[in-house]
Amino acid sequence: MSAIRLTLKEQPGVPLETEVLSPDALADLAHDEIRSLPVQLGKRRRRLDDFFEIEGERSDEIEVHGDLSLLKWIGRGMSRGRLTIHGNVGMHLGAYMTGGSIEVHGDAGDWVGAEMGDGLISVHGNAGGQIGAAYRGSPTGMRGGTIVIDGSTGLEVGMRMKKGTIVIGDTAKDFAGLQMKGGNIVLLAGAELRTGAWMIRGTIISLKPIAMLPTFRLARSYNPEFLRLYARFLSGLGITLPCAADEGRYDLYSGDVSVPGKGEIFVWQPAEAAASR
Amino acid sequence: MLRIVGGQVYDPAHGIDGVVQDVCIQDGRIVENVDAAPTIDASGMIVFPGGVDVHTHVAGGSINFARAMTPEDHRRTTAFIRSQTNRAGVGGMTPTTFATGYLYAGMGWTTVNEAAVPILSAKHTHEELRDIPIVDKSCCVLLANNEILLDLLEAGEMERAREVVAWQIWASKAYGVKAVNPGGVAAWKYGKNAEQLSEPVDGYHKVTPAKIVAGLAQIVDDLGLPHPLHLHCNNLGVPGNLTTTLETMQNLDGRRAHMAHLQYHAYGGDDWSTMRSEAPQLADYMNAHRNFTTDAGAVLFGDTVTITADGPWQHLLYKLTGRKWGNLDVENETGCGIVPYTYRPTNLVNAVQWAVGLELLLLIDDPWRVFLTTDHPNGACFWRYPEIIQLLMCRDFRRDCMAGQSDKALSRIHLPDIDREYTLYEIATITSAGPARALGLPRKGHLGVGADADVVIYDQDDDVARMFGHPRYVIKGGEIVIEDGDIRATPEGRGLLVRPPHDEQIEAFLRPLFEDYYTMSFDNYSVEMERIQQPEICDCIDTE
Repeated sequence: MSAIRLTLKEQPGVPLETEVLSPDALADLAHDEIRSLPVQLGKRRRRLDDFFEIEGERSDEIEVHGDLSLLKWIGRGMSRGRLTIHGNVGMHLGAYMTGGSIEVHGDAGDWVGAEMGDGLISVHGNAGGQIGAAYRGSPTGMRGGTIVIDGSTGLEVGMRMKKGTIVIGDTAKDFAGLQMKGGNIVLLAGAELRTGAWMIRGTIISLKPIAMLPTFRLARSYNPEFLRLYARFLSGLGITLPCAADEGRYDLYSGDVSVPGKGEIFVWQPAEAAASR
Repeated sequence: MLRIVGGQVYDPAHGIDGVVQDVCIQDGRIVENVDAAPTIDASGMIVFPGGVDVHTHVAGGSINFARAMTPEDHRRTTAFIRSQTNRAGVGGMTPTTFATGYLYAGMGWTTVNEAAVPILSAKHTHEELRDIPIVDKSCCVLLANNEILLDLLEAGEMERAREVVAWQIWASKAYGVKAVNPGGVAAWKYGKNAEQLSEPVDGYHKVTPAKIVAGLAQIVDDLGLPHPLHLHCNNLGVPGNLTTTLETMQNLDGRRAHMAHLQYHAYGGDDWSTMRSEAPQLADYMNAHRNFTTDAGAVLFGDTVTITADGPWQHLLYKLTGRKWGNLDVENETGCGIVPYTYRPTNLVNAVQWAVGLELLLLIDDPWRVFLTTDHPNGACFWRYPEIIQLLMCRDFRRDCMAGQSDKALSRIHLPDIDREYTLYEIATITSAGPARALGLPRKGHLGVGADADVVIYDQDDDVARMFGHPRYVIKGGEIVIEDGDIRATPEGRGLLVRPPHDEQIEAFLRPLFEDYYTMSFDNYSVEMERIQQPEICDCIDTE
């Protein structure tokens, strides 16, 4: 079973809604059926092959090539298979997904993995805001699964997330972990302002110093046992979390007391920085 | 012209119970006979008069606020994609205006009564009603917390109060008068509520909820409004509120009233953990007192959003649920609160509420005085009415639904002991003939000569919910609007109004009050006639 390969041949003038680009939608379809799948161009309905050269059929492995910055909802609600994107991709990538994996060799837009239930999304470039977040009005964001962004991200990463893991390789903008209810956010390069605002529960780990809100209190400095286990899980994703006592320790801040919340933010203090305090 | 041939006709207003006969239509009305008209072969099908919703919330400030507050629901619901016949929109808990018309008509309902309109937002309400196609529309104006009226009641000036009410009805282009938590919403402006019928309302010395209810009911009768006072009692939703409800009904002393969403007012117990159904007691009272009509305000399990002018109750509900809360204060007139809510079968209180709505429908003997509503969107969305019809018609289905409930819940309700199953004739009564009569609309809810040609034709189906959810044809004003699930035409509906006579001098009394107390000028306050789509002014009646 070889992969279905799609290459963008015509850049849409306005955003194109392509939730059909998902293993669930394509896996059981013959070539002609795939070509005729409907996509929404603004208010008009068009065919998938109006925009893509399509090779292959009946596979839950999908490769998409081209600059997909204006393509929304790719991998929406997918539950299985593998989706690889060579190029940039637009908003709502993998929103509501419940399984399978998405890999992007490029940048992604806002709302990556919004309200996802399970599965893995990795973006090798930068991504927009609201990663794994709850949509406007919804009480709960991502409920499971893993999102790894190698680059930087926009605002409100993990907003109202309940479970699962988000790893950000470069800086996250303001309000990472906004109103977070559970789950983990790992900030390998820190974040801008107001990290963890309105946090109720959940864990944020930052390997770089971050500006703390006044409504977070330093509880203690230590090397928590659970981080060793968590580091082992992250190493499977190729991410190294320092946790040995001779390398340094974590400052634990608890908050956000304005909610009031029982969230925790761990900020890594390398050995020399910790010693000099 | 149209002739519907061979269908089993259910027309309770004329005692017709499943008789196979033709229905003829000409110029938008039912007629004796038509020559050479196109025919619909309705053999093996069931013919009903178009549904009438006596109590719903589909237009105006509060439902629009609810729409704005629940974007998460708009995303997950089915969208109406624009086509040749219909506009774009979404359904869900709070359907958009155009979709509201499509969904009501798609289910066979052709007349709706928007139950709560503050005068200050009446213009907005009528603009939205205009955008609800197909169905005919009326609305009730909120007066039980209007401070101009409360001041007059305080001063004992009943005659002037009557003139003011008549003026206010015409100013808001309403059809009836609604009372919501009388005095309680006025007290809410002080952070209080009105829980005792005989205690003065905050800010007043003499005005009590009992006096407001009796006064408004008297005024509505004096003015001869075709629809009696539409009454949402105090203490909605509170355990043990049966006492308040019965006291309110006794206090009306034989005057007419329509008791809105009685399900929310039929609870026993002292608190949430001891709450139980008192539907039998309330049904007995209803059975013995023919001056009342009511609608069920039934609850179905699932997500919805609660909206009511009852601001204090909504604040309590917000505190109970921790969900989103919206509150609107409408100057001197009323208020409103919005809280999204999920009714769960595993929740004891919700299980009791679910049962109470059905118990009232099953225990009130006379289907001419109890009507099918969910107080949309409070108990459930109106497009779920077919599910309730199934619960009423199929005892076994009811039993299946109760199978998963805890012994504790079952000990608080009476539904397991009720064997009654509704007949199609009775369903036609509670969905159409009865509410039309209660609203005082002589051309609605029946298929006699002269009636509006609002007709629904259902394919006979053992699956009751499917049958009522998907009519084969819906005819509005003689025009086929729905056929086999497709929207064929979207004619404009009519705006139903009353114009009770009043002394023009009352404006001299009201004008200075506006300068002192309102943000809106007196001259901008009234809804102009031009805003009403196809207005039809209905006659006042002799209520002696």
